Amino acid sequence: MLNVGKIEEGFVLDHIQAGKSMDIYEHLGLDKMDCTVAIIKNARSKIMGKKDILKVECDIETLDLDVLAFIDHNITINVIKNGEIVEKRVLSLPKEVKNVIRCHNPRCITSIEQGLPHIFVLADEEKEIYRCKYCEEKYSGK
Amino acid sequence: MRHLMSPLDFSTEELDRLFDLAARIEADPAHFAHACEGKILATCFYEPSTRTRLSFESAMTRLGGRVIGFSDANSSSAAKGESVSDTIRVISCYADICAMRHPKEGAPMVAASRSLIPVINAGDGGHQHPTQTLTDLMTIRSLHGSLGGYTIGLCGDLKFGRTVHSLINALSRYDDIRFVFISPQELRVPDYVMEMLREKNIPYEETIRLEDVIADLDMLYMTRVQKERFFNEEDYVRLKDFYILDKNKLGLAKEDLIVLHPLPRVNEISVEVDEDPRAAYFKQAQYGVYVRMALILTLLEIEV
Repeated sequence: MLNVGKIEEGFVLDHIQAGKSMDIYEHLGLDKMDCTVAIIKNARSKIMGKKDILKVECDIETLDLDVLAFIDHNITINVIKNGEIVEKRVLSLPKEVKNVIRCHNPRCITSIEQGLPHIFVLADEEKEIYRCKYCEEKYSGK
Repeated sequence: MRHLMSPLDFSTEELDRLFDLAARIEADPAHFAHACEGKILATCFYEPSTRTRLSFESAMTRLGGRVIGFSDANSSSAAKGESVSDTIRVISCYADICAMRHPKEGAPMVAASRSLIPVINAGDGGHQHPTQTLTDLMTIRSLHGSLGGYTIGLCGDLKFGRTVHSLINALSRYDDIRFVFISPQELRVPDYVMEMLREKNIPYEETIRLEDVIADLDMLYMTRVQKERFFNEEDYVRLKDFYILDKNKLGLAKEDLIVLHPLPRVNEISVEVDEDPRAAYFKQAQYGVYVRMALILTLLEIEV
């Protein structure tokens, strides 16, 4: 059993789908942050079988929660202060994600119009389908 | 200020009002001949579409307004690399309303988000062509008497044909409609469209041969197999003549069938069918002008 020490202040992202932790690491921009990050892959989980965990020592407000919910809304966020969990946050799918993913439809206006934000809208919550706001192409990169 | 991006932007009640207005225009065009005097329509066509552009120009001219614009990207500032956002800001200073055709999907929506004047989507790539759908609905309502209560067959390219997808979406809001999709396997209606129909409990069937179902239809919507939608010439040549409506096939149909087509036709309807009273596609083009006149008046909030 691998042991990773407690963090004093920051967050623990738990119940990440196994293998997705590096995606989240990149989407959150953790590679650009000067803070301690522990990435635990394929940890044993009673519920999920296997899961990934991310531990980050930083201010929780620096996180873009919408991005996190879009990537995997089953993730739980444990907010840590003084080495203790002070809050558990459950994510829900954002209605809209801006500049997180890009539309890959070559016929979409986003492919030529400069400065246009890439916006995806939640079209079907049950099936977790997002569509480009402009061309309505389904996002299939998840 | 309102724009028109998709046929679903208007509620069915709003569409009823629009079609009532179009019917008033049809009954008494002279009454509306000066309704848009002093107003300017900009037709910003980044790709050629003579029919749609002329229909808009005819509509504005018949309302007493004037028209400015361009008919392909090479004769506009887009050729110099100007963005849609910048173009519409400038056009907003020159005109009172804009009809935009663009090969990129969502371009009119970008324009609408920056525009100071109403923007009408006059076709954006394979995405939406709402004024064609309004034309189709207006024609059905005028010739059938209502927008519900019939079996409609859609024939030809049901995969890439945006007019077909828009029409199915628009008709799915009306009662007692049954769809029959007639297409080769390669050009079937996309799954998501059929899924939408299943969710709404709207009956539909798929078939390959037009002859097998034509007798059941109250309406037949023919479409062109568009060369530009194919990646290779061979597929196009193999499929383009798959479904041709001729006198023999029409002989199997009901006496009061209504045959529609968004035009231009290539050879999917034989010219011999044109003289048949069931052929309604040229009337459809006429309704396209009335409905665009009604749309211009509605978006400019001009009451006559």
